Parts: sequence; structure tokens; C-alpha cells
Amino acid sequence: MMPLAQIQAIPQSVDYIRILPELILSIFGIVVMILDPLVDEEKSQKTLGLIGFIGTLAGLASTWYMAKFPGLAFSNTIRVDGFSVFFNFLVIAIAAVVILSSFEYLAVQRIRAGEYYALILFSAVGMSVMSSAIELVLIFIGLEISSISTYILAGFRRNEASSAESSLKYFLLGSFATAFFLYGVALMFGATGSTNIDIISQRLLASRPEMLVYTSMALMFVGLGFKVAVAPFHVWTPDVYEGAPAPVVGFMSTAPKAAAFAVLLRVVFSINAPGRFWFLWVAAALSMTLGNVGALVQNNVKRLLAYSSIAHAGYLLVAFAMTTPDNSLTGISAAMFYTAAYAAMNVGAFAVVSHLANAGERYVNLEDYDGLGRTSPLLAATLTVFLLSLIGIPMTGGFFAKFYVFSAALRANLIWLTIIGVLNSAIGAYYYLRIIVAMYMRESRKEVPVGPISLGLGLALAVSFVATLYLGILPNRVLQVAQHSAQNLVSITPSTAGVAQNPRQTAGTN
Amino acid sequence: MNTDTLSPYILTLVTFVPLGGALLLTVLPRRDRDIRVIAFLVSLITFGLSLHLPVYFHRAIGGFQFDIDKSWISTPNIHYHMAIDGISLWLVVLTTFLTPLCVLISWKTVHDRVKEFFILLLVLETALIGVFTSLDLFLFYFFWEATLIPMALLIGVFGHERKVYAAVKFFMYTMIASVFMLAAILWLYAHTGSFDFVVIRDQVARGMVPNFSGAAQWLFLGFFIAFAVKVPLFPFHTWLPDAHVEAPTAGSVLLAGVLLKMGTYGMLRFNLGLFPEQARQNAPWIMALALIGIIYGALVAMVQPNMKKLIAYSSVSHLGFVVLGIFSFTQSGLNGAMFVMLAHGISTGGLFMLAGILHERRHTYEISEFGGLASPMPVYATSYLFIVLASVGLPLLNGFVGEFLVLNGAFQARPIYGILGATGVIWSACYLLWMFQRVFYGKVTHPINNGLADMLVFEKAAVWPCAVAALLMGVAPILWLGAIDPAVQATLNAFPQIVSKVVGQ
Repeated sequence: MMPLAQIQAIPQSVDYIRILPELILSIFGIVVMILDPLVDEEKSQKTLGLIGFIGTLAGLASTWYMAKFPGLAFSNTIRVDGFSVFFNFLVIAIAAVVILSSFEYLAVQRIRAGEYYALILFSAVGMSVMSSAIELVLIFIGLEISSISTYILAGFRRNEASSAESSLKYFLLGSFATAFFLYGVALMFGATGSTNIDIISQRLLASRPEMLVYTSMALMFVGLGFKVAVAPFHVWTPDVYEGAPAPVVGFMSTAPKAAAFAVLLRVVFSINAPGRFWFLWVAAALSMTLGNVGALVQNNVKRLLAYSSIAHAGYLLVAFAMTTPDNSLTGISAAMFYTAAYAAMNVGAFAVVSHLANAGERYVNLEDYDGLGRTSPLLAATLTVFLLSLIGIPMTGGFFAKFYVFSAALRANLIWLTIIGVLNSAIGAYYYLRIIVAMYMRESRKEVPVGPISLGLGLALAVSFVATLYLGILPNRVLQVAQHSAQNLVSITPSTAGVAQNPRQTAGTN
Repeated sequence: MNTDTLSPYILTLVTFVPLGGALLLTVLPRRDRDIRVIAFLVSLITFGLSLHLPVYFHRAIGGFQFDIDKSWISTPNIHYHMAIDGISLWLVVLTTFLTPLCVLISWKTVHDRVKEFFILLLVLETALIGVFTSLDLFLFYFFWEATLIPMALLIGVFGHERKVYAAVKFFMYTMIASVFMLAAILWLYAHTGSFDFVVIRDQVARGMVPNFSGAAQWLFLGFFIAFAVKVPLFPFHTWLPDAHVEAPTAGSVLLAGVLLKMGTYGMLRFNLGLFPEQARQNAPWIMALALIGIIYGALVAMVQPNMKKLIAYSSVSHLGFVVLGIFSFTQSGLNGAMFVMLAHGISTGGLFMLAGILHERRHTYEISEFGGLASPMPVYATSYLFIVLASVGLPLLNGFVGEFLVLNGAFQARPIYGILGATGVIWSACYLLWMFQRVFYGKVTHPINNGLADMLVFEKAAVWPCAVAALLMGVAPILWLGAIDPAVQATLNAFPQIVSKVVGQ
């Protein structure tokens, strides 16, 4: 049996198309690494950054191409469907915008390092793998690729102690968390005899889950919960976000989260994880509350946005607390929409923060934003839109994101969770408002130099601005895509028979 | 212009022309004069367009007119559904009427960030009109929240000393209250599959909504709390005096004139329209709060040393009348409530403009700083007296009609409500006339006030239309009530059914 299974598993050419974005991003990343020592020091920033940016564009194009070849690849470890395409696209798009907003930042901070761009690309590779893998071990590998890259990225302000602290903290706690995830995978293998999500879901359907399964789910949740920064695994977030370079924070508060949420969606809904309801309920309620309450007292804008990201992860988790297949559909699509909307507004907000931060990130406190509405009205107006979106004011993506999540929750009769959620979003309005108040209603007391907006940053801002408004005014299309993809995720369980014939046989040989 | 070609689009036009104007202003260079002229023209055009509504409005029909219903977002099922009935008709016109006056009154007073000021004013106008024209609950919420930002910025950027505190307080109060409404709207959508007011109303009336009986009270409260804060009903009123005192004049005018009416309009439309049974059950305590508001607001207004704060508390008192009328569930009470809303919009709008004129000259609202102003500023004093009399409810001016109808309705509901409410009329005469006496009569107490200039052209142009409207509404209320009455009748139609249902059980 074994050799036969291996023969079947020889990769076809279409298999490579199904990992095309990953391949292309890796190639570009390697090219950046190779060129780094070769190009002239002065120009290297621009050139390497441009290569990185082109790499992400090629990655986006290849994602689009890959979407035409849905199916399984590499011995059923990769699945290309609407769901994975959605997250691939999202992650690579975030990487593209972040690279754009980094040009200027790196120049201002005098960070000269081509590997910065390579690391962003590699990180994106890991996240792409996470969003299309349906094999827990492969997911773990993707998780590691992306995490290790972000650990290094967090420490890129080499001369700053806070950046080193950020990197080290993220690394130590992060590796601890991934170990939890791996442990969970191992236990799941022990309980079901497989690490393939499709097979696991079948096995779990077939028999009553044993204690081992619950333990495994809990451990995996700890690992993923750390990555998406939900309470009670959120403690690292403020310190890490405060120390890491601002564009990197924009990146790591959105892209790895999106990928980890993708995994969580697969684990929760494809496997149809047993006994998850209260777990998620409590985590969601806690994250929303702790995140918002924590943010109320922050004076450092990066810390403030860090707490806000905890709160947003909480809103997102509300969408996970669905249990029936019908509710699950709305829940999944709401969660997907939320990740996209959150990415648009948060990357944008951090792009503004990184522009204002100036050399050595001196200007990241609330009072540095005083009077910004007068000194640079355009930048202030843009940041205001992102903040309003984070509050969840109509016309912005953030509003629809919350709207979908809460209406999904109400449809599932999660009335208390919804009430906690809407109350939290009202509390949350206060601290975002503080930034707006500072910008428009106070006069600047000290000289805060604001440089001209460079082309790359302008482009990054424009993209996130348009995306935020687009999701707020015409959310239809993205939501339809999300709903369609959600169908992919849920329908796997009943219709596994056709797809998973093959894996069941291979697994039988184990 | 042919009615058939314009009518389907008129609501869209009226709603979005100000927004278009605001967008136009954003691209214009910062030449303050041009910006003022364009803002004024845009608001005037909007007013002109909005006059199409009463002209072509079929008064005999109680239902919605100028209907436009287009699918906007398919999932969730959100429609761009706008229409007006006699209730919203005049509120739209009130908004478009007050905005050009706001532009005029701000003509000389706003020097700094002129462009931003008028952009915010026009955006606010769009949001306000949208609130009154939307029939899709989602769209309604959309505009409802959209009013928050320009208003908070108007207060926070262009306000006086404690502007930031007032702006944030205003924002947080209304924001926290309105999320309850959002939750209620989401619940309704989750259980009816529609955001359309008319559809939901029919489904509720026919008992087709699952789990409705258990949730109805909470839904009622969810909507009610959002509206009660906006009105503001006692004890949710504490944001109002701060917001008013700190706001620039135009902000105060729109805040008192229109923004507060969003709350009472919401009660009339949604609390009564969707939950008639719960409205009836909750009426006693709501009317009690309204009465407390009437009397408390009046008493606090009486002792205010600050003119603007006095007018602000008088709003609390007057809006109490509106709530009293709405929850009397009588034809007269509802008609009166609607009329008080309009009359209060005109006369309090006028009072705030007049207070603003004084502030412009002396940079203070303290009543004790003035005295004997009638001799240096005769025209101003006369205009002021006229508006004050309209506000206290002198017969033949607009305040009288509404208060009379409301009290009539309250008497029908329960005599004690009417008796207590009637004292509010007396109180309002006390505090307003006393204030007038202190400010205008006698000798000039502070020499500096001798040199005060009388009203300028812009100021006359802003205040006098209010006076004319107040007179017109007082003399010929039927022009307004003719459209209001059928709509009120239609709203009340739901109530006998409820009674019979209760009896049937």
C-alpha cells in the first residue's frame, strides 16, 4: 500500500500552481537577499524595496491565477478554494502596502537593511501557507516561517532598547505559544490518528470525542490565541507593539492575525471543534473588555492601537461562537469581512503613525498629535477616517465589519455577547476620539516636524483609505466573496465523501 | 418643473445637495468670502428644492410619499429607501430653513478655519435630512451616527473655553445610547430579514416575528434610550447644557433646532410605529419623566446666570412637552408634539442666534454683564422680544398652538398630566421674560454696553426669517397641521387594534 500511496502523491504541475504565490514570494525574497550585498549602499533601499514591492504584486497576480485551479495539492496538504484565495490575497496585499509605507520610514530611521523587505516577503510566504494548508503539520510550518520573520522584524530598530525588548519578548512568548499549538497537533494525532483537517473532522463526526480531543483543541487555541492576541493570551501585545518599528506593527497586527484567524476558522468550523462555545464566548468577551479598558488610559499611540487590536480580535471572536451549520456560514463570512476591514484601517493608521513618528520614533505620544489638523490637514483627515472606521462609524469598513459580526451573533441568539460587544464599541469610541480631539481641538504646544509625504507612503495611504471607504460604502462584493468562501469551508464536512476518498485510504495505512 | 420627473428623486436631491456643496468646498481655495457665498448658495438651493416637498405633498394621504426604494447592499438586505410623510415633511423643511440662517449668522463670527466650518455645517445638514427621510432602519442608523461627527467637531473645534470636554461628552453620551438602538435594529433584522420600516411594521402588526413578545420590551427600550438621550429627556439631559454653552452659534441653532428633534421624531416613528403595545405599557413612567423634565428644566433655567445655558434648559423643558404629547396617544397630543417640535426649532433657533449676536459683541453670555440694552440696541431688543414671546407661547405666535394642543392631549389622557404640564407654560414665561427684563430694561448698567452696535444686515437676515415663520405658524397653523394630522392619524391607527387585542384576550 505504502509505495502506491507515494506514487499517487507525486506532485503534478497543477500542484505547483496551487502554491504559486508562495513560490513567487520566496523567489523574490531570495533575490532581495542575494542582491543586498551587491547593490550600492545609498540606493539599495529604494531598489530592494522596489523588488520586494514587485514581488508582492507578482504574488497578487499569481493568487489571482491560482484561483482558477481550485483543488487539493501535495498529497492533500494544500487546498486551494475561495477561502484560501481570500486570505492569500489579503495577506499579500497587506505586505504590499506595508512595503510601500516602509520606504520612507526606513530612510528616516536610517535603517539600512535589505533583509527587511525579504523578511516581510518570507513572512507573507508563511502566512500564505497557513491560509491554504489543511494539514496541521504544514500549518505549523507556515506559522513558524511567518513568526520567525516577524520576531526579527520587531527588533529592527537595532539601536533602541525597546525594540530589542519587543523582539525578545515576542520571540520567547511566541515560541512558547507555537509549542502549545504543536502539542495540540500531537494530541489530535493521538486522538484521531491523523493531522489532516478533513480526516480529523470525519473521525470526530464518527465517534464521540474523547478527553484528548478537548485537550488538543484547548492547546491549539492557546497557540492561535496568542498569535491573534485575544485575552487571556494578549499580555505581550502592548510591549511588543510599542517597541517594534511602526510599519512592522501595522504589518504584524494585521497579516499574521489574518492568517491565524484563517487557521482558527478552519480548525473551528471545518473540524467542527467540539466544546468550543464557552471557550470562545469567554475569550471574546474578555478580549473586548480588557482591550478597550486598557486602551482608555494609554498615552502612547502605538500602545493605544495595540490595546485596540486586542479589542478588535475580541469582536472578531464573536463571529466564531456559532454552533449550527447555518449560523456558521454567517459567522465565517462575518469574520472574513472583519479581517479584511481591520487590515485596511489598521495598516492605514499605522502608516500615518510611522510617518509622524520621525527619526527614532520620538513623536508617538498623544500630545504629539496636538494641532495636526492645522499643520497637516490631509494627514489628519486620513487618520481620522481610519479612526472613525476603528470606532465603527457608518460609511467605513469598520462599521460593516462590526455590523456583520453582531448581526450574525444576534441571529444565533447570542444576545449577551452582542450587548457586551456593542457596549464595548461605544467605550472604544472614547480613546479613538482622544486622538481626533488632539488633532483638531487642541493647538500644538511644541514643534513637531512633519515631513512631506513621499510617493510610497502616499500610495500606501491611498490604498488603505480607498479600501476602508470601499468596504464601508459598497461592502457587497467582498461580502459575497466571503460568503462564497464560507460555503467552501462548511460544505466540506457533509460532502467530504467525494473529496476525501483518497486521504482516507492513505490514512488507513498508517 | 414637472412633478412626475422630479418627485422620485427629490428626496435624494434634498439630502445630498448639501454634501455635494461640502465636497465642492473641499476643493476650493481658502478664500473665506467665496466659501461663505458658496455655502450660503448651496444651503439656499437646498431650501428651494425642499420646498418642492410641501408643494407637491398630498395632504390627504397619511402614508409615505416621494418614495424611492433601491437595493443598496444585497446581504444584508439593505435598501436605499427614502420617503416622507406629514411627520417628517416639516422636519426636513425645518432643517433646510435653518441651515442658510446658520450660514448667515456665522458670516462674521467665524474667522478661523472658515472652510472647515462650512464643510462641517453642510455635511451636518445632509446627515440631518437623511435621518428624517430614511425609511430603511439601516440607512436611518447610518445618518443618525453621521450627525455625530460634524456636530462634535463643530463644538470641539469652533466652540468656546471648555469645548473639548463638551464635544467628547456629547459624542460619548449619544454614541453609547445609540448602540442600544443598533442592537435592537440588528435583532429586528435577524428575526424579520428586513431593515425596511414598513415591512417590519407590518410583520410586527401581524404577529409574524418569532420571539417578538419576549423581546419587544427590550427592543422598545433599546430604541427609547437612544432617543431619550438625544431629546434629551430627564435624567439624560446633562450633556445638553455643556454642548450648548460651548458650541458656536450655528452649532447651537442646529443642535436645538433639529438635532434634538431626531430624538422625538424617532420616538414618534419607531417607538410608537413599531411597538405600540409597549409604548402604551411604558407611557406612565415616560410621561412622568417628561413632566419632571418640563418642570425641572424650567426651574433650572430660571436660576441660570448664563443666557445660553438658560435657553438650553428651556429646551429641556420644551422638549418635555413634545414627549408628553407623543405618549398621550391622542390625536391632539401628537399633533401638538409635532407642532412644538417645529415651533421650538424656529424660536429656540432664533434665541440662540440672538444670544450669539450678543456674545459676538461682548464675548460673554453672563446675564449680569448686560442690562438696559434696549436703548443702545433697539432693533435687537425688539427682535429679541418677538422671539421670546413666540417661545413663551403668546397666542398668535407659534409656541402657543403646539403647547395648547399638547396640553389638550395630555388632559384627555389624564387630567393631572395636563395640569402639571400647564405649569410649564407659566414657568417658561417667568424665566424668559425675567431674563429679558434683566438684559434689556432699565438703565445701562455697564458703560461698555452703551457703545454696542445694533444688528448688522447679516444678523437681521438670519433672525427675521425666524420671526416671520413664528408669526406665520401662529396665525395659520393649519398650513402645517394639514399635512401632520393624517400622518398622526395613521400612526395612531395601530392603537385601537391593540386595545381590542388586549380586550379579546
